[in-house]
Amino acid sequence: MKNNIVINSLRFLSLLIAQIFIFNNLNVFGYINPLPYVLFLLVFPFTANRSLFIFIAFLTGLTMDMFGNSGGIHAAACLVLAYVRPLVLRATYGVSYEYNSVKLSKGSFYERIVFISILVLVHHLVFFSLEVFNVSSILYILKKTLLTSVGTIIFCVLFNILFSTSRE
Amino acid sequence: MQQIINFLIRYKNFLLFAFLLFLSLIFTIQAHSFHKSKFINSANFLSGGVYESVSGIQEYFHLKTYNRQLLEENARLRENAKDNTSSIFEMAAIDFDTLTALSSTIILPESQFHFIPSQVIHNSYAKANNFLTLKVGAKDSIARDMGVITSKGIVGVIDHVSKNYSTVISILNTSFLTNAKLKASDHFGTLLWDGKDPNLMQLVDMQQQAQIKVGDTIETSGQSAIFPKGIPIGTIASFELEESKNFYIISVQLFNDMTNIGHVYVVQNEDLDEIKAVEAPRDNEE
Repeated sequence: MKNNIVINSLRFLSLLIAQIFIFNNLNVFGYINPLPYVLFLLVFPFTANRSLFIFIAFLTGLTMDMFGNSGGIHAAACLVLAYVRPLVLRATYGVSYEYNSVKLSKGSFYERIVFISILVLVHHLVFFSLEVFNVSSILYILKKTLLTSVGTIIFCVLFNILFSTSRE
Repeated sequence: MQQIINFLIRYKNFLLFAFLLFLSLIFTIQAHSFHKSKFINSANFLSGGVYESVSGIQEYFHLKTYNRQLLEENARLRENAKDNTSSIFEMAAIDFDTLTALSSTIILPESQFHFIPSQVIHNSYAKANNFLTLKVGAKDSIARDMGVITSKGIVGVIDHVSKNYSTVISILNTSFLTNAKLKASDHFGTLLWDGKDPNLMQLVDMQQQAQIKVGDTIETSGQSAIFPKGIPIGTIASFELEESKNFYIISVQLFNDMTNIGHVYVVQNEDLDEIKAVEAPRDNEE
């Protein structure tokens, strides 16, 4: 358990630092900045207390908001992600996940990608809707969501493969 | 009572989620309204300090550009100074007596604007609402609502101030508005940003009587008390009449490269409080 806390704190710090200093400055095609810090919430232990998880997601988002001067948009998007994660987990991994305490790396590659993609899309849709905050530019929101999601998903999958603990 | 407690326990996750979501939406809405006080911003000890230490490293990579910008500014100022003195000499040569007579009656007012140099430690431009963080704060007598400019044009308006740092609402922020006018005439409009291209801003509500063409210079109008009159902004990239055919919608190509800003000047207007005090009753009547 102690080990778990250390690992997650380290992951939190390193992902946030990478996000703030590297990914927030990427500006691919001028305006695409992937948000791979959500990986922290994606791989947060599935067995953890759900209230705790929701609260931690809120704090993660708020930290990002503090560095980006963005009010509460990261916090809101992270909250939605944290709230729907169990539903997506059940949909992609099947019912068994609750009993076997699976880790993300235990699933097949295909399952992992679907799981990451759905949650990233949900997160980014909430995020950009709140950022643009204008119903009339819905197409712009969707375009930004899709393009940024592609970037985020690629980085999340890469990091996940690189740092997955099961070395075979 | 028992049932209420049961209900709370059963839905505690959802209630927590709803409460926190509500909280973050309040933060978001406050961030979208201009100058509403909010708690989460980067003018604090933690994020300001982190940004400062990183920009200390990044600065070395930009030294060349900053040097060039300073040289260009120096050259321009030198030219202006030369023009001014030579015109004074010409006038003096023509009619020295009139000039001395004039100078004794007209006392040139001391400028109400002061410029405080500052280093930018964080800058964003890819979002819909962008902010900069500056390395000056309350201890350098920075206060809310001061304008921020570079030698090439306007950058934004001071938002939050802490002891050592301050945040700036960038002109690339959908809640930023200011007055701007044509350099050639005094026709003015409202300058805003649609959140898309970081090089283009929109100038709306410009009367259709104004004579404009592509390439004309746009500058600050001096009406807002935040920016002095005549600070350059950009040139007209394209324009069209809006539906009612009374006003132009002009897109303005900025002089400033907002993606590459290292050093700025904060404009302190000595008369700001006085102007605000005079204008306050009028705002209340509206």
